[in-house]
Amino acid sequence: MNAVSSMPDKKDSRLRWRCRRGMLELDLMLNNFIDREYDELDNEQKSLLDQLLDYPDQLLFDLFLGFMKSSDKDIDRLVSYIRKSVAT
Amino acid sequence: MTISNIQRRRFDSLIIGAGGGGLRAALQLAEADASVAVVSKVFPTRSHTVAAQGGMNAALANVLPDNWHWHMFDTVKGSDYLGDQDAIEYMCRAAPKVVYELEHFGVPFSRLDNGRIYQRPFGGQSQNFGGEQAARTCAAADRTGHAILHSLYQQNIRAKTHFFDEYFAVDLLKDEEGNILGAFVFDIHTGEELIIEAKTTLLATGGAGQLYRTTTNALINTGDGMGMALRAGIPLQDMEFFQFHPTGIAGRGMLITEGARGEGGYLVNAEGERLMERYAPNAKDLASRDVVSRAIETEIREGRGCGPNKDYVMLKLDHLGVDVIQKRLPGIRQTCITFLGIDPAEQPVPVYPTAHYTMGGIPTNRQGQVVVPVKDTPEEAVNGLYAAGECACVSVHGANRLGGNSLLDILVFGRAAANHIIDYLKENHYHRPMNEESIEKAYQRLHRWDDTGEGESVEQIRSELKLVMEKNCGVFRTQEVLDQGVKEVTALHERLTKARISDHSAMFNTARVEALELENLMDVALATVFSACARTESRGAHSRVDYPERDDMNWMKHSLYSLLERKLDYKPVRTKPVTVATFPPKARVY
Repeated sequence: MNAVSSMPDKKDSRLRWRCRRGMLELDLMLNNFIDREYDELDNEQKSLLDQLLDYPDQLLFDLFLGFMKSSDKDIDRLVSYIRKSVAT
Repeated sequence: MTISNIQRRRFDSLIIGAGGGGLRAALQLAEADASVAVVSKVFPTRSHTVAAQGGMNAALANVLPDNWHWHMFDTVKGSDYLGDQDAIEYMCRAAPKVVYELEHFGVPFSRLDNGRIYQRPFGGQSQNFGGEQAARTCAAADRTGHAILHSLYQQNIRAKTHFFDEYFAVDLLKDEEGNILGAFVFDIHTGEELIIEAKTTLLATGGAGQLYRTTTNALINTGDGMGMALRAGIPLQDMEFFQFHPTGIAGRGMLITEGARGEGGYLVNAEGERLMERYAPNAKDLASRDVVSRAIETEIREGRGCGPNKDYVMLKLDHLGVDVIQKRLPGIRQTCITFLGIDPAEQPVPVYPTAHYTMGGIPTNRQGQVVVPVKDTPEEAVNGLYAAGECACVSVHGANRLGGNSLLDILVFGRAAANHIIDYLKENHYHRPMNEESIEKAYQRLHRWDDTGEGESVEQIRSELKLVMEKNCGVFRTQEVLDQGVKEVTALHERLTKARISDHSAMFNTARVEALELENLMDVALATVFSACARTESRGAHSRVDYPERDDMNWMKHSLYSLLERKLDYKPVRTKPVTVATFPPKARVY
């Protein structure tokens, strides 16, 4: 067995654990996004996602449910991407 | 790494879980100059308390006349007379003080024009022992849990509480006399194990909604503290009482509040029939939660469910018109659009009963001490062990929790447990000698997941468990259904002992964390299904088709399920309050 290829990507595991949140809505939204889209993200988007995961749960909830819009254009684009991914 | 190399840390008090209950206790202890460690598997402000949006009850009488005795009456009645009246009196009397303390910690409660804390009316609240509607719920807009959690976390940072963030607690450590000595934990980042020796340990790990496929609970709610208690030989109390909401979004779990049916929404089956006309010809869709939940499940069992698998019914709202929906139900509309791509103003919404709150848990007295039956004594305190919040059963919710009482419970009893711990620490200056055998046991349990070779996957068993619990220990309960549940959960419990994971690395091994979480859920599932199978009456959230009436003569008692012996025991309800007269059982009619 090839030791390197069998080693799970720990960076992904770390990110996935940060997607464990206090609200079901966020769990569903973020885990769905990671499952479907993470491999498609470029480095800049991955780093933005990391930044987004620092937000408090209530703020993420408001952004994901469309009750609030981020004034940061890049974050706003990422939030739209995440929202679109869950509804399809 | 061998056991002798594992680092050991000593604290006066260890708290496992960093939601509202854990953080309230930690703050009280840190301010009393105790050394406090808080272990949390996620960053503290990501605990499930953040999802409690409704508010907390306290008889402040800011909007309408109120007093704690009326609050107590409503809670006893809501509990269907299974709540312990001494604990309920204690909680209702302490409520105003706890609210004012939170205000001083920085929680921005919503205000009235006169500057006092705003209070909203909520179901189950009354004035004058069952009279007019009361207004008892204090809230910080629609983000009360978030505000409480963040304020408490910041206060703990100020008070220098020691946080072990993203650490997973494997098991409690105890000696041969049954004293609890701390816990065996590991750092999820590095996999490094740690023995935390503590004079007292408080479990505040929340509920176990992840037992069910359809739940409002976050993924973290896996009953970890309950599992740890069961394995330490402590029985779980009243686990058959699990609160369901009739209308969760099918396949997702998020709640669609009763308000949607209150506005005129109604349920239809695959044949387009208004199904509630069959089950509650008068109240129809506004019948009580258990009636609506069971009606949905009956339709599905009889083949009239919707969708390719015929496993949900539809909630119709589109006839209300877009203006009414947008004005009165904006949150529901947004949730449906976001998660289902369905606008309820245009299309019906697929719904199924969703598991919401664990009324049962680790038995405690009103000081938060974990209590177990010893010989003829029903409640002997376990030395050094406390529990508070949803993982505990104190029992203030009895067979059914009232809205607005869960945040109150975690804060009142987190604080009460800390106060008892402070007194305990004054008398107990030294750590008891560590029990090495207990460490070895926890170590082996963790490292059993290093086993390689063939075996079923954790994911497979988890999804089967959630489905079995939903079908055989959900809202539709008969002897036959529950007997089958006992059989199937017992078989899954056995299968889990042979399951394997493919990741055996130390760092960020989330597969191992999820396996340990499933072990906790599995132990809690056994307690739940065994307790439900034995209780041959309907009381509060435990609603049996074959025993539709409450049976006070035989069943006004608490269930206690022991994992090690796989057996049930019972103890009496504490019907005597601290200072006032008992509320005797009456029919629970609203």
